[in-house]
Amino acid sequence: MSIPDMEPIVEARGLTKRYGKVQALAGLDLIARHGRVLAVLGPNGAGKTTFMRTVATLIRPDSGSLHVAGVDVARHAARVRQVIGLAGQYAAVEEAMTGRENLEMIGRLYGLPAREARKAASIVLEQLGLGDDAGRLVRTYSGGMRRKLDLGASLVGSPRLLLLDEPTTGLDPRSRNELWASIRTLVASGTDVVLTTQYLDEVDHLASDIIIIDHGKSIAAGTPGELKTRAGRDVIEVRPRDPSMLSQIADALTVLDTGPHVDTVSNQITIAVDDGSTRLVDAARILEHRGLEVEGLSLRRPTLDEVFLSLTGKPITTTERPTRKGTKGRAQ
Amino acid sequence: MTSLTVKGNRGARFVPSALTIAARTLRKFVRTPQLIVFSAVNAIGFLVVFRYVFGGAVSLGNLSYVDFMIPGFVTAMVLFQGLGSAAGVAEDVEHGFFDRLRSLPISRGAIIAGRTLADTLLVVWALVLTTAMGFLVGFRLHTSVLSALAAFGLCVLYAFAFEWVFVAVGLFAGNAQAAQGMTLIVMPLTFVSSAYVPVSTMPSWLRGFADNQPITVMVNAVRSLTDGAVVQPLLHHDAAYFVWASLVWVAIIIAISAPLAVIRFSRQ
Repeated sequence: MSIPDMEPIVEARGLTKRYGKVQALAGLDLIARHGRVLAVLGPNGAGKTTFMRTVATLIRPDSGSLHVAGVDVARHAARVRQVIGLAGQYAAVEEAMTGRENLEMIGRLYGLPAREARKAASIVLEQLGLGDDAGRLVRTYSGGMRRKLDLGASLVGSPRLLLLDEPTTGLDPRSRNELWASIRTLVASGTDVVLTTQYLDEVDHLASDIIIIDHGKSIAAGTPGELKTRAGRDVIEVRPRDPSMLSQIADALTVLDTGPHVDTVSNQITIAVDDGSTRLVDAARILEHRGLEVEGLSLRRPTLDEVFLSLTGKPITTTERPTRKGTKGRAQ
Repeated sequence: MTSLTVKGNRGARFVPSALTIAARTLRKFVRTPQLIVFSAVNAIGFLVVFRYVFGGAVSLGNLSYVDFMIPGFVTAMVLFQGLGSAAGVAEDVEHGFFDRLRSLPISRGAIIAGRTLADTLLVVWALVLTTAMGFLVGFRLHTSVLSALAAFGLCVLYAFAFEWVFVAVGLFAGNAQAAQGMTLIVMPLTFVSSAYVPVSTMPSWLRGFADNQPITVMVNAVRSLTDGAVVQPLLHHDAAYFVWASLVWVAIIIAISAPLAVIRFSRQ
């Protein structure tokens, strides 16, 4: 192992890939640093899966360069396969085999001798909390258990880099939380992770770095904090004491910025502003001057939803998480 | 190992990888009772229909219909059994199983080889069953055991050749339903052949196709090896001709479909 820690685990420069008329990757630049979890974020069709499949050596880019752990993927794909583990959107496990048999099979394919494969399978099964169900056919597993086993299959070879393509899409909240816990344990033990997701709460739970891609290109990259500072505007939140005063207060605050957002359900007004602290003082002055009573007046940084919206001009898809709608805009 | 080599798993070699992958398909078959029961019921149903329903209507001079039909029935079974493997391969594509295997440090050829090996073994199993059923419903061998074994060997070879077609179809189809649709081609190939009735009973516009397509040639090879002299009046060539012709077909089928399957599998 002669990779300096400073060398990126994944480094992509100008990756392009075209499928017929669709430009899936359009000059993607991306760096995943060793020891961090990178979330690749983007709307449907942004090129997330294409990128992951390229890193996993499943597809060849049309142009650009891609290095994984310092190895050129175009020239030494076989060597890249020795250090990666892939868990996809589908639980790619064999239903007619037990959990243990599935992991042992993958272990054998990684080149482990029978005994070591058995040992590796046991360790991974315990680690994922599947120990008690290891002897059951996967056919009898729940969706969440299958996804965990799929994650486990990518782990029996102890990969340096784990590629997770939308690991929790379609899972119920409890299974998601369990899977997140498993992934965090892995990260703590030194596995590098690159994951794609459409869910911002997943980013909040797992990622230390974010790259937002759209139309096959990177449009922003950094830590969540950096992105919020750079791309988002501060948000002033006002909560009237008397809910019937909502629109009157909103009118009074129009001078701060055009278009205060009135949410009658949560009884709250939100206003996106530049230079938040000055504007907050302005807001307090206006309210006092007009004699409008409020229960709360606060300044917060934008949420990732808001950052995403301002960068891509569209909200991130939340088709399978309708509950997020109601919480949007609420203080963190 | 150079100093630049990244620490990782070297991966299993070709033969162990292929065997591991084959074992998975066989396990799946053995542990899915629906698959076993369905294919058996299907075969028995067809056999009964041909032997007892249509059988009475076909007269072939000295040769009984059951002796005529069973070699054709067993040979055609190669295609019917293969349908399942096209669907199975398509399912492996659809559910990401092949993606997982392709991301592992093993030869991609070994993945296909393993799948083909297992599916061929499943056809052999079906061949054994249908042959046994053939004897049960009254088939009698008119030649030596040795030449019957040669006929069986030919069927295994056909199975292997067509397996590549079905693997390619499964890979190109990408999902089980499409694969099933594409494999409908099996129907004209088997029914418009000499498998169940003599080609001479067909109208001339069908005869041109029926006489020259691979299944007829393959069936006739198996038939002349098992029915011997009794069947000769119905065939225009001797056993050697049909055996060689069917071997040429085997070579052609593999030469076309195997590279297609491997290319399709290796890059996307």
